[in-house]
Amino acid sequence: MKLIFERSASGRHTDYLPSDDVPSAEMQFPLRERALRLPEVPEVEVDRHYTELAHETRGVNGGFYPLGSCTMKYNPAAAERTAALEGFTGVHPLQEDESVQGCLEVMLRTEQMLREITGMDAMTLQPAAGAHGEFTGLLLIKAWHRSRGDAARNKILVPDSAHGTNPASAAMAGFEVVNIPSDADGYVDLKALREHVGADTAGLMLTNPNTVGLFDPHISEITSIVHEAGGLNYYDGANLNAIMGIVRPGDMGFDVVHLNLHKTFATPHGGGGPGSGPVGCKAFLRDFLPGFRAEEQDGSVHRVHAAARVGDVRSFGGNFSVVVKALTYLLSIGREGVPQTAANAVLNANYLMHRLKDVYPMAFDVTCMHEFVITLERMKEETGVSALDIAKGLIDYGMHPPTMYFPLIVHEALMVEPTETETKQTLDAAADAFRTVLEEARANPEEAHHRPLTTRIRRPDEVKAARKPVIRYDFGD
Amino acid sequence: MLGGEAMGTYIPNTGKEQQEMLEACGMRSLDDLYSGIPDDLKRREPLDIPEGKPEADVVREMQRMARKNRVYETVFRGAGAYRHYIPAIVGEVTGKEEFRTAYTPYQAEISQGVLQSIFEYQTDICELTGMAASNAGVYDGATAAAEACEMCRDRKRSRVLVSGTVDPKILSVVRTYAFGRDADVVCVPEKDGTTDMEALSGMLDAETACVLLQQPNYFGCAEDAEQIAEMVHAGGAKLIMSCNPIALAVMKTPGECGADIAVGEGQPLGLPLNFGGPYLGFMAADEKMVRKLPGRIVGETTDLNGERCFVLTMQAREQHIRREKASSNICSNEALCALTATVYLAAMGTEGLRKTAQMCHDKAAYLRGALEKAGLKPVYDRPFFHEFVVQAEDEEQVHAVLNALDAENILGGLPLGGGRMLWCATEMNTREEMDRTADIVREVLKR
Repeated sequence: MKLIFERSASGRHTDYLPSDDVPSAEMQFPLRERALRLPEVPEVEVDRHYTELAHETRGVNGGFYPLGSCTMKYNPAAAERTAALEGFTGVHPLQEDESVQGCLEVMLRTEQMLREITGMDAMTLQPAAGAHGEFTGLLLIKAWHRSRGDAARNKILVPDSAHGTNPASAAMAGFEVVNIPSDADGYVDLKALREHVGADTAGLMLTNPNTVGLFDPHISEITSIVHEAGGLNYYDGANLNAIMGIVRPGDMGFDVVHLNLHKTFATPHGGGGPGSGPVGCKAFLRDFLPGFRAEEQDGSVHRVHAAARVGDVRSFGGNFSVVVKALTYLLSIGREGVPQTAANAVLNANYLMHRLKDVYPMAFDVTCMHEFVITLERMKEETGVSALDIAKGLIDYGMHPPTMYFPLIVHEALMVEPTETETKQTLDAAADAFRTVLEEARANPEEAHHRPLTTRIRRPDEVKAARKPVIRYDFGD
Repeated sequence: MLGGEAMGTYIPNTGKEQQEMLEACGMRSLDDLYSGIPDDLKRREPLDIPEGKPEADVVREMQRMARKNRVYETVFRGAGAYRHYIPAIVGEVTGKEEFRTAYTPYQAEISQGVLQSIFEYQTDICELTGMAASNAGVYDGATAAAEACEMCRDRKRSRVLVSGTVDPKILSVVRTYAFGRDADVVCVPEKDGTTDMEALSGMLDAETACVLLQQPNYFGCAEDAEQIAEMVHAGGAKLIMSCNPIALAVMKTPGECGADIAVGEGQPLGLPLNFGGPYLGFMAADEKMVRKLPGRIVGETTDLNGERCFVLTMQAREQHIRREKASSNICSNEALCALTATVYLAAMGTEGLRKTAQMCHDKAAYLRGALEKAGLKPVYDRPFFHEFVVQAEDEEQVHAVLNALDAENILGGLPLGGGRMLWCATEMNTREEMDRTADIVREVLKR
């Protein structure tokens, strides 16, 4: 495929701008010397170019997308319509409160519903993504300990099965990371946890259900151990889709929660964003929340800033149009739909797991939550065929591959999350494809190493890309 | 008890299918799926949220909320969020399902489109900033500035100096990120609308990691970035410039000024105001700092047939590989917003963007003159791009002006306190509305 710069020819003219109706004024500041080289392309070529690029991009509607931990559910069309309303898109973030009552109502109602779902007392919608929410939540924990003169609490406990963002966020919030091992069943090792908590424990970060797709039944004991040591419990909401409406993080002993609206609440991923990572907390942390909160006073909604807030984590109130989409979804599914969503996500995962487990070894062969993890360690030893090879093979059957090589505690891992929006027919077809790819790989391991066979691009050389990075177009000068 | 009735638009399983699937798993009811969760943790009561509604009702409800907002016909407010013309082609492209719903392009074989678009974006940002290397973008301009400060800090040099002319929203975010790292942020005083050079030179010391400068600054004035770059480098620190991307079409680039890192808010590049987000933080760095950039970077390579293609690269910087040692925790960024900027720039082209910048400047100059004649004196006598500060008598007069404009469907300048107002004009503002605005101001000031 050509790059947009390779479709360019200088001197092309376009007419997009409003008519010029004032005299030209001379610019008094220093001007750029080097010529700007943006593409000069007629509109038809812009359209065709990006249509071509879209054809080489796999979206959720292009086929089954069981990317574990990413909750790639269908993104409702209605949310696109509501988020595009000019009454939302045309609002300047620095307008006065009385002129943005609709936006503030959107934020207030979303917050109220998410607080009820998580069992939290207060929430900020400012964080722009899940990892941004983690950073924000950890800053709340830090600010709280500091406010009590307890600056010695500088360690965050993170299970070894955690998402990579957990330790990275803890480091950004100034904490030392202590890895807690998992036990043989995939749960937090309680003995190890007890050994590691102490006067330096700021808190624990936990995903429950965890990244191997299991709900930790000792959760109340885990959060109690941390609380008794003086630490706080942080809930990574990446896997909330499995349990929303069934159990609440707030009832499991968590003090801070982040959600991913772009996972659980059906807003699209956009090829890697924009997301939205609201952070909820218990009442005692409310005063530290960043940004503003929408609060109802005397019949209208106002922007209110918390007294001891940690500071803003981005400009303005957050990824507002993502919040509009999430609210649209929440109003649609409502009270009954929230637990039904969770139960069907878990049902779909268990069903697909059962359709596969006689041929694909499961890392933990028990009832899973919204996702399950396959381990191809033995296959790799016996045939040389890796998790990567199987993943790439699935592309040839019209599927987006599962998440590969995560969680790190499972070797040759494939993590499969079908979500509740898939039909039984899709799951049955996917199970057949999984089985065929495995059979074919067994019969012909050499071919498996070269899959996919059906795409224009196959197995890009990542080592070459990293060794001598070429990260922008060479205009040839 | 879960299940039973119909499940609504987004859950396709029928009751019969659910039973078949449960049976295949050796279970009898949906509740069995949750037998591993201790009963005392499970909710007995339904959630206290409204019942689900059909799509038509939900859309109507959202429309009602949207109507409660005021969308001004005329906007003279910027201060970090700008109303520009967005060609129709931009929305046509970015609305495509594949771009809208795809995940981060980990699987290169089925993500060449989005990967290539990021490569094009990186090229555009390098062109605009005059820098060597760009990442795939971060959350917004403020977090881009904060991440850039993190790139400059080390054990010896950990203090960040932020010019007093930087947008206070950016300063707030820089301070928050610094609170995380327990690092110092110190403000450099402002003098006559730009950074106080003398004060800055006295503040640079062996512990200074970097200086954050905004160009044009929060008050709309152009900074003497070249001289500041010399001063900062002589002190052994790095210079970060936070720039308006439309201004970069005409203004001396951060690269030409000698900045080490260029960042900025990408919202003006085709993104609607949207009550503050989603926006786009762009980040570009000097060759020497490439491997310190946070977040995704796309690189060119070849596949097993020797065909040119694109992949996420230099991932050893990132959280999923390095965990607590990563250059940042960022995972999801604002990919669709970066695509929006890329398509906007492709549609506008070099000439279109330069013309936009020229029109912004011309309109601002016209508005500044018209307001001055009406009685609102400019506060600073400095070169400006498309924003400027004026002085009213007091806060009461500021509010009288804003209220009178509001009645005419005009959003006036942003009150800065002390009777000062920050105004902005873009290519969207017509001469007629600027004249009308000046007339309204004149009337109010006469009172």
